[in-house]
Amino acid sequence: MSILGNRVLRREDPKFLTTGGVYGDDLPGVGALWATFVRSTMAHARIVALDAGGALDRPGVVAVYTAADLDLPPVPAGMPGIPESMFRPVLAQDVVRFVGEPVAVVLTEERYQGEDAAEAVFVDYEPLPTVVDPETALAGGTLLFPDHGTNVATDFREPLDEHFFDDCEVVVRQRVINQRVAPCPLEVRSGMASWGADGRLTQWLSTQAPHSAKDALAGLFALAADQVRVIAPDVGGGFGAKIGPYPEDLVVAWSARAQGRPVRWTETRSESMLGLVHGRGQIQDIAIGGNRDGQVLAYRIDVLQDAGAYPAVGAYLPMLTKLMAPGTYAIPKVSASACAVVTNTTSIGAYRGAGRPEATAAIERAMDLFAAEIGADPAQVRRQNLVSKDFFPYTTATGFTYDIGDYMGALDLALEASDYAGLRAEQARRRAEGGPCQMGIGVSTYVEITNGLPDAGEFAVVEVLPTGTARVYTGSSPHGQGHVTAWSMLASEQLGIPMEDIEVVANDTDLVASGGGTMGSRSLQAGGLAVHEASMTLVDEARQLAAELLEANPDDVVLDKIEGRFHVAGTPAVARSWAEVASAAEERGGLRVEHKSSPSGPTFPFGAHVAVVEVDTETGQARLRRLVAVDDAGTILNPLLAEGQRHGGLAQGVAQALLEEVRYDADGNPVTSNLADYAMISATELPSFELVSMATPTPVNALGAKGIGESGTIGSTPAVQSAVVDAVAHLGVRHIDMPASPQRVWQVLQDSASHKGSE
Amino acid sequence: MIPAAFDYRRAQSVDEAVGLLTEHGEDAKLLAGGHSLLPLMKLRLAAPSVLVDIGRLSDLSYVRANGDTVAIGALTRHRDLEISSVLHEHVPLLAHVAGQVGDPQVRHRGTIGGSLAHGDPASDLPAACLALGATFTMVGPQGEREIEAADFFQGFLETALGPDEVLTEIRVPKADGAGWSFQKFNRRAQDWAIVGVAAVAGSRPGIGLVNMGSVPLRATAVEAALAAGASASEAAAHAADGLDPPEDLNASPEYRRHLVRVLVRRALEEAGAA
Amino acid sequence: MNVSMHVNGERREYDVEPRTLLVHYLRDVVGLTGTNIGCDTSSCGACTVLVGGESVKSCTMLAVQADGCQITTIEGLADGDQMHPMQEAFREHHGLQCGYCTPGMVMAAVSLLVEHPDPTETEVREGLEGNLCRCTGYHNIVKAVLAAAQTPLASAV
Repeated sequence: MSILGNRVLRREDPKFLTTGGVYGDDLPGVGALWATFVRSTMAHARIVALDAGGALDRPGVVAVYTAADLDLPPVPAGMPGIPESMFRPVLAQDVVRFVGEPVAVVLTEERYQGEDAAEAVFVDYEPLPTVVDPETALAGGTLLFPDHGTNVATDFREPLDEHFFDDCEVVVRQRVINQRVAPCPLEVRSGMASWGADGRLTQWLSTQAPHSAKDALAGLFALAADQVRVIAPDVGGGFGAKIGPYPEDLVVAWSARAQGRPVRWTETRSESMLGLVHGRGQIQDIAIGGNRDGQVLAYRIDVLQDAGAYPAVGAYLPMLTKLMAPGTYAIPKVSASACAVVTNTTSIGAYRGAGRPEATAAIERAMDLFAAEIGADPAQVRRQNLVSKDFFPYTTATGFTYDIGDYMGALDLALEASDYAGLRAEQARRRAEGGPCQMGIGVSTYVEITNGLPDAGEFAVVEVLPTGTARVYTGSSPHGQGHVTAWSMLASEQLGIPMEDIEVVANDTDLVASGGGTMGSRSLQAGGLAVHEASMTLVDEARQLAAELLEANPDDVVLDKIEGRFHVAGTPAVARSWAEVASAAEERGGLRVEHKSSPSGPTFPFGAHVAVVEVDTETGQARLRRLVAVDDAGTILNPLLAEGQRHGGLAQGVAQALLEEVRYDADGNPVTSNLADYAMISATELPSFELVSMATPTPVNALGAKGIGESGTIGSTPAVQSAVVDAVAHLGVRHIDMPASPQRVWQVLQDSASHKGSE
Repeated sequence: MIPAAFDYRRAQSVDEAVGLLTEHGEDAKLLAGGHSLLPLMKLRLAAPSVLVDIGRLSDLSYVRANGDTVAIGALTRHRDLEISSVLHEHVPLLAHVAGQVGDPQVRHRGTIGGSLAHGDPASDLPAACLALGATFTMVGPQGEREIEAADFFQGFLETALGPDEVLTEIRVPKADGAGWSFQKFNRRAQDWAIVGVAAVAGSRPGIGLVNMGSVPLRATAVEAALAAGASASEAAAHAADGLDPPEDLNASPEYRRHLVRVLVRRALEEAGAA
Repeated sequence: MNVSMHVNGERREYDVEPRTLLVHYLRDVVGLTGTNIGCDTSSCGACTVLVGGESVKSCTMLAVQADGCQITTIEGLADGDQMHPMQEAFREHHGLQCGYCTPGMVMAAVSLLVEHPDPTETEVREGLEGNLCRCTGYHNIVKAVLAAAQTPLASAV
């Protein structure tokens, strides 16, 4: 019986539950100095003077370094097309461009000494005009990089044909804010660097991608690739924000070399809220047109992306937003335009969904607005416009080819599971009663792209040792997803070796030759696939060898996966165990298969969510009461893990819809720079989720698997937002931006009431 | 984040604490549960050079019925208030409010005296003490003195407590059988109230407001309206009269004024105060 | 100054600065790194340990305040190889992913059951209001705590 598809408990858990993981800050770090960063307190300013003298006299201070000390070039943006003049200096050079930008590093013998000493570094700033708002940045009055001549970092703008909506009976327009949010992995950034006597760098990083970090470090220090080792210890969450490495990591490495001693650092949460990339940050102008019978004919989206001070991944998010613009709908005409600008804020990077939640939020908002305009039920309008399941693979108006989908099926499941008709009846009853506690129902459908990186493959090695146990090396980079469990399930399935006898090795570039890391919901379909395929090849090779040992024809030899032994079909009594075969293979270099998977393309998971929200119309408070989620990620390897991914994703979507927003004041001072002010969602704002299973295997890979890491976030955000609007729609409200905070909802209700009053 | 360095002195008695405070003056701070002070010290918004720890003065941890009042030792933790049978019988509002402060971990450490002495307008317990008409006892070099809760809160994070005084006891009139309500409005359960309202009905009605000004406040205009025979909704309409509520991330002054009117009405209705 | 306490039943005594936070005493001085730090503002609960059997945020308590106290950290919860019922429940119900909030969450949950031996879902959610998790959406954590409540000794320390 296959182990695949079963709710296998995690092998990772006992350690985390009994002694805790070993995260960056838990490393012993014998003899290491502590690095503490002095960070800019100004959003945009010239550094007039920087005096470290006061700090050098403090106890335990070994050195203070500034940009002038560092012989390191600026960090390339890691994305093509971003002008070199916008590259980020490792430590601020002459000008600071966001609050929190590191301007100096203090090295101390003890952890506690660092904070005291950093306070004593004196920086004299001459303020420069600050640009916080992307539209102001686009206007270009104040430039962050005067040499570049514009604040535009990436430009994917396309003009709109003036006749675009000509054949539409109805056109609805809305400006939508997809607000800046903070990824908030519970572990902040942490790490250590140590240089060997041989000039070799070992760096521990809290990262989702050790191998690309290794390449970046090698490049920066002009080292051969084998002169750098990157180790990710246990990583306490990433969500896209730890693809890194960060400038601080480079300073730590440089400082360790300068001092000839290991150097370590762990930021504080207050630093992390400024230093770790933020996500989202788009202003979207959407327009949707169609007929009064519900047919959507044309959709246009204009995206203005806030890239933050130094453009990186964030400057490319709108590209994905553009490509995914039509979502699940068969819209004859779709036009999308985008550009990204720099502002005096923390850089925007990848955050759970990265570009796709923004696309989904926009089109789902558009569908709701369109439905409201023609007086139709939003679920019905969706149903009318979904891409039919008979049309896959389906090429969209923006040029993506969706692998497979059954959007109507997903929507029907969600509506049925939520008792949509019953919910509408309850809503009507409450509206009729007219009390302050009104109910809203939000429906979303979504499709997203996973494993969409140009290099879709992942590296794996599977080997069986003479002990009869196996080892799997993976280029995926586990940090909570359960790869050890999942990969050992995959290998066990093929090898017939019990999971507990399979060791999974990851997150160390010396032990694993290459890797793409874990991001973009790619692990199972890329890294898992590699393990699956390598295991199959290994069994074939082992069977050849077993045939020799059994003096039989390889074609007649079978692997008994229950016993983990090879024998000639029909004569199980004479068999060779894995241990015997692996021992025999010793002299031929062992039983070991190295493999890189090559899935034929990305996959497009889809689903439908229904959210039920209660809004207190007197206070504006919105509370999520139910969240029904249908998420189709193809064939499910381990439902326990897949559900966990969905739960976490859902919560982050709800968080963006209702609670979370990174905010700055007009001078660029962050006002949400700790977890007391930044309303990171907690257990009390959430109900238990109602998950509905749906599995449409993808033809793209042998596992039939699509990504699941980001789906929950992508579907839930618009469903919850829509539910809040729906709860007060009868009061004349058509749109409420996220997060639907009590004050914002109250304000919208006030505006709506005064608008009505003036009519 | 870590506090700046300080000298630590552990007081074995209130008198010793007063002596240490007198000796070190403005540079010294009292440490009880530490849940108001330590967060400020970690962010380096406070950096006292001496901490006088009174956390072990266990004789200041009690809840006792005493004639018409309930006497509460200043070092009684929120958790102990929350489960106090004496409070549940005589002043259930206070037990309930204590159970709404922060989160369970905070309630296991934080004390009523610490919360009151900090004088934060966003705290729950000061508003409850105002609504209940509590009296505070303070001990200083000149001995003991008493002050009404209504006179205690004097400015933003400023109280009548002298730098050399220790808050030792809170006395609350019994409110047996009186209706009460606590309306805490926030986004996350662990957050400070955006606006809060503590109301008690009965023979000594009172309404305290959370986060509606620079100090914890009593809703005097509402109380006056009630005394004049106004209904709950009529009285609640006065909830923001004369107030200058703060602006922050979560609420504009205008929104706070609106909220307080809604919450006071709900509190009065729940408490049956009108 | 000299600070001694019983950590997981073992007496520990060290000379530390008065400003040493309990969490740093446990992690950096005693060397028990299971307890994590997730914020600066007593918001996240990752540093939750039991002091005298009650949950406390060890980042908001000075080590000197815990002088003479009985401290239980995640490392002290299991009985040898036998996981505590709460640990078992977290594993059984997939109540953890990256594991970073887990030690604090488990300790808060144990303390919760001491005070609410048979909690409702709402009581569990409210009881964990001081502990943040970014991975699980709390769904399976709540499930685990509710399940643990139905096993004997889930609130035992």
